[in-house]
Amino acid sequence: MIKRAIALLLTLAVGALFASLLVGYVPDSELNHTARYYAERTAEDIGAANIVTAIIVTYRGLDTLGEVTVLFISAAIVGLVLAQGRVLNNAPNNAPRQTRAPVSELLSTGSRVLTPLILLLGVYVFVNGHLTPGGGFQGGAIVASGMLLLLLADPLKQFSHRLIAVLESLSGLLFVGIGVLGVLLAGGFLDNRLLPIGTLGELFSAGVIPVIYSLIGLKVGAEFSSMLASLSETNHTENSEET
Amino acid sequence: MNSMSPLILGLSVLLCVTLIGAALVAIRATRLPIAILAAGLVSLIASILFLVLAAPDVAMTEAAIGSGLTTFLFFFVLARVRGAEKDGDELAGDELAGVKHDGVGK
Repeated sequence: MIKRAIALLLTLAVGALFASLLVGYVPDSELNHTARYYAERTAEDIGAANIVTAIIVTYRGLDTLGEVTVLFISAAIVGLVLAQGRVLNNAPNNAPRQTRAPVSELLSTGSRVLTPLILLLGVYVFVNGHLTPGGGFQGGAIVASGMLLLLLADPLKQFSHRLIAVLESLSGLLFVGIGVLGVLLAGGFLDNRLLPIGTLGELFSAGVIPVIYSLIGLKVGAEFSSMLASLSETNHTENSEET
Repeated sequence: MNSMSPLILGLSVLLCVTLIGAALVAIRATRLPIAILAAGLVSLIASILFLVLAAPDVAMTEAAIGSGLTTFLFFFVLARVRGAEKDGDELAGDELAGVKHDGVGK
């Protein structure tokens, strides 16, 4: 009872805090100092039409490297935890599996039509990260959802984990390699002026931003796909062991 | 906020109410699949609201990761946990039976 009263009081206090914030909110009439710098200088310095991408990949490139590392570590841990189950189940894995109930006609036909389109959209999103909203993370997630659709349509499908691992580590290495090249040849770590900046709004502009964002897209897509694939595979082996 | 047309404003208020309703369903639902679907709905509505607030980058991330991948991640994990739960229950039942037998024996 006392616990509930304390929880209620805390909720009310936090609510009052946010309510006072909301009542006192006045929208800014102009951009603050940092925002004005980015809004005015991005087109000139970075050459990216999408300011968000310029900030994510170049101005705050190191933070993005950290984000990609966090995602890599979580994918690696998921793989590690689930791999133990897979090693134990390896023997029944090789035996012919029981046939499962077939997935619906609608799903299997739809996945054949939609998967290429989804993959294309994902690649479009990360290749055009410097021009249109979205970028490596969004595109990578869209690519992974295409893979998810494949998995849903055919739960027995085996993804090549070796291919995913090679793709993932290669794009990660190239990402860091481009960053180090920036130190040697341009203004600093992950500087985008390794390649000519070009004209604003063209596909081949903004220096190495499209290259870096495509690498991030491949990396994120590979990581999410490997997580989904290992989860689905271990589910399946466990199910076949039970029966 | 002032530049919003009444239509968009009304739509966002409606979406906000639905979002809070879906979040409550996600917390209170006793059946886990329904809770997972409600959580996915929360992400989907949140991504529309991000778009209304002129943040398309965040909206895309929320739609692809929040409502797409995470929902199915939860379903995969749920399928796994279900199997383990069954095993755990059987084990617990056996242990319980053993304790009972011991108690009777003594």
